[in-house]
Amino acid sequence: MTVSKKIVLRFPKRMVDRPIVYRLVKDFELEFNILKASITPEQEGLLVLELKGEQQEYDKGIKFLIKNGVEIQSLSQDVTRNEERCTHCGACITVCPTGAFKIEPKTRLVIFENEKCIACGLCIPACPPHAMEVHF
Amino acid sequence: MAKTIAEINEKIKKGQAVVFNAEEIIDFARNKGIKEAAKEVDVVTTGTFGIMCSSGAFFNIGHAKPRIKLGGGRTFFNDVPAYTGLAAVDLFLGANALPDDDPRNRIHPGEFNYGGGHVIEELVAGKDVRLVASAYGTDCYPRKKLETWINIKDMNQATLFNIRNAYQNYNVAVNTSNKTIYTYMGVLKPKLGNANYSSAGQLSPLFNDPFYKTVGIGTKIFLGGGTGYVAWHGTQHNPDAPRTEKGIPKDGAGTLAVIGDLKQMSPKWLVGTSVMGYGCSITVGIGLPIPILNEEILEYTTITDADIYAPVIDYSDAFPNLRSDKMGEVTYAELKSGKIKVKGQDVPTASRSSYPKALEIANVLKEWIDKGKFLLTEPVELLPGVESGVKMKPLKERPIED
Repeated sequence: MTVSKKIVLRFPKRMVDRPIVYRLVKDFELEFNILKASITPEQEGLLVLELKGEQQEYDKGIKFLIKNGVEIQSLSQDVTRNEERCTHCGACITVCPTGAFKIEPKTRLVIFENEKCIACGLCIPACPPHAMEVHF
Repeated sequence: MAKTIAEINEKIKKGQAVVFNAEEIIDFARNKGIKEAAKEVDVVTTGTFGIMCSSGAFFNIGHAKPRIKLGGGRTFFNDVPAYTGLAAVDLFLGANALPDDDPRNRIHPGEFNYGGGHVIEELVAGKDVRLVASAYGTDCYPRKKLETWINIKDMNQATLFNIRNAYQNYNVAVNTSNKTIYTYMGVLKPKLGNANYSSAGQLSPLFNDPFYKTVGIGTKIFLGGGTGYVAWHGTQHNPDAPRTEKGIPKDGAGTLAVIGDLKQMSPKWLVGTSVMGYGCSITVGIGLPIPILNEEILEYTTITDADIYAPVIDYSDAFPNLRSDKMGEVTYAELKSGKIKVKGQDVPTASRSSYPKALEIANVLKEWIDKGKFLLTEPVELLPGVESGVKMKPLKERPIED
């Protein structure tokens, strides 16, 4: 069975210069799509990946990452909507490149489907009441 | 048969008034017919919840001991400057005011995270705000410096006074240029990448009274979660805008100036707002009750999104250059479908104004009236109508020569 998941990887300082993604491809035959990558001034690495492959190999790959000290988190926890601040205007809908926001036709409430979110962050400053929050 | 506002109020007091929101009335009148519906229905409630820049509040903060004259000095709420060109302790804070050290658009597009609208929201939420002031000192007002926490409940008056709200219709903004632009109508992607609109359409107050036959000075309204009044016609009020056969403006037209006691309002309906690349503002909730005085007025309230046209304007060229050329006209029904056609191209749409919150406002107002908590008022004078000759003019620039 093939799986495809969006995950956030955090690398400790000692890992930043190691070809982790290369190993995922070579040893576990996983396909990757880099959604975001950065190294902070404290030299911690952050990588947001879409990872795809056979379930068994995927699990092995994740195990390999954990063993090497990489912290893994599911992407959907990283961009959230502050429900109290959201006014359901809909300004986010055309800003989002992956269509993670849509209007519920009957109520015209704005629905945030965070499984579609790639944490690009475009909605954060574009949201007029600043209801969208990113927690990297 | 005609009704008066006094008769409607009698029914409200007895809990017998029949009230619909501006969405429900559409089907009700369709089934009953205009004549029957006008007989049965007493009030139709409307609502809108959108970014309304020409908003602000007057404060009287009380006299300090010894006294300080803030008038002519400098005063800040949480670093946001207030207008001090008034008497000793009267201040005005505009929703668009920015802290002196905000970088604005120095790195474009600026984020505009905190401004006057946010201060107003925090005050209404009951939060303490930092007030820092400097003055020049006089014999009767000797003090030159003031730094204190302040809370809305300790002020003598806090009066919301929005000089232009509830625009009757608005532009649909698009961008035909090759780069993304950051406008007050939101982020507009290049080459007609999206279209942003800003009206609650069929629920919006002035679309339901297109010729201002019931709304005027003194009309009591839902304002920011509390009650307020129409104070005057709003700035840029333009009854002269082009209209459809039914009289519905096809362009920005009427506006309201509204006033109310900020102390009884709620941060749910006055939300500090950031417009990327543009500035700070405030999102304001307004609900206007429309007394069904006769069949004509009932018929106006049955307006649907399919009856209302908005102009599509290029914000990369026509708008900044104050040209009136339109790229087309679309209905709110089309806008709400999620895409419109502009110059043969499918363009995805998004709203800047919240329809579900507008509906909530219309329903809150309906509930207030149903429960007898909100009576209608007779306007002292109606807003200037089509026959008034009031028009919106551009600035006539006259170069100053030495």
